[in-house]
Amino acid sequence: MIDALISHYNYWLIIILMMLGLYVVVSRGNLVKKIVGLNIFQTSVFLLYISLGKVTGGTAPILTGKPEAFSNPLPHVLILTAIVVGIATTSLGLALVVRIRESYGTIEEDDILIAERSEDASKINGGSG
Amino acid sequence: MTTSIDMVLIVDLVLLTLLCLTALAIMLVRHLFAVVALTGAFSLLSAGLLVTLDAVDVAFTEAAVGAGISTVLMLGTLALTRRREARSPKLSPIGLIIIFFTGATLIYATPDMPKFGAADSPGLVHIVPSYIEGSENDIAVPNIVTAILASYRGYDTLGEVAVIFTAGMGVIILLGRRREDEYGYSEESAAFPLRSLASDDETGKDKS
Repeated sequence: MIDALISHYNYWLIIILMMLGLYVVVSRGNLVKKIVGLNIFQTSVFLLYISLGKVTGGTAPILTGKPEAFSNPLPHVLILTAIVVGIATTSLGLALVVRIRESYGTIEEDDILIAERSEDASKINGGSG
Repeated sequence: MTTSIDMVLIVDLVLLTLLCLTALAIMLVRHLFAVVALTGAFSLLSAGLLVTLDAVDVAFTEAAVGAGISTVLMLGTLALTRRREARSPKLSPIGLIIIFFTGATLIYATPDMPKFGAADSPGLVHIVPSYIEGSENDIAVPNIVTAILASYRGYDTLGEVAVIFTAGMGVIILLGRRREDEYGYSEESAAFPLRSLASDDETGKDKS
């Protein structure tokens, strides 16, 4: 049991972190906060990948001429790409938030839904009358 | 040797716990400025954790991009929108069910994963040794991550550039159009005052 704890505690804590991010995305109506939640989720996925490549007693994968054990460099490369793609999607999401605020005057999901419904209703009334 | 491993374990645990606490604080705080500041702290803590996990390149990218650029972008968004969440946070039963189910499934799957820090994990034995050897002999770049990023998996980096380009185009399309605030000021009217005078009746029509 202790062995399992020591060998997997890292994954479990990262999964808890991931679920906190997911909960923020699901439960909060504010769009900026939703994006922050997505960022938390994203960062914990990065940490999961990187901790898969960790080797106990290993060093950062930089050649120094001495024979030594390296941590796996491949996840590092993939996550470097993922971080940059992540900031690109975050900026697109934030631009959408700014645009939604311009059109609806709010960044709360509930208010946007109410505004949409009343807009639809007035459109239907206008068409029939 | 054992003491050094224990130190790594302690630093690891402390940083992960701090990350979880920061995420909780982000969840509970209503003031969005504080949320953004906490996001910066979150990125910095995760950068520290990445250093302990030997991913130094990833750590400084995370510190620069996560704690730097993304914080600036979010502050810019806040300047253009609201500073506070309108509703106080309340418990969402559906959200709780979702995260308990998903979390339980993920934790149920972890025993199949290689042990943390195992040197014989499947990811390490397949292609990585040839990358390490190749970056020493073929590419002669001491940083193995750089060698893989720019050479062995160069097409990934090309795809990344395509994604950034697409996202940039999206932002320009969403926000780059001509705008006018409540005082009738727009970027175009600032640049071409005479033209905006000539088309005053037209803008009036747009507003109605």
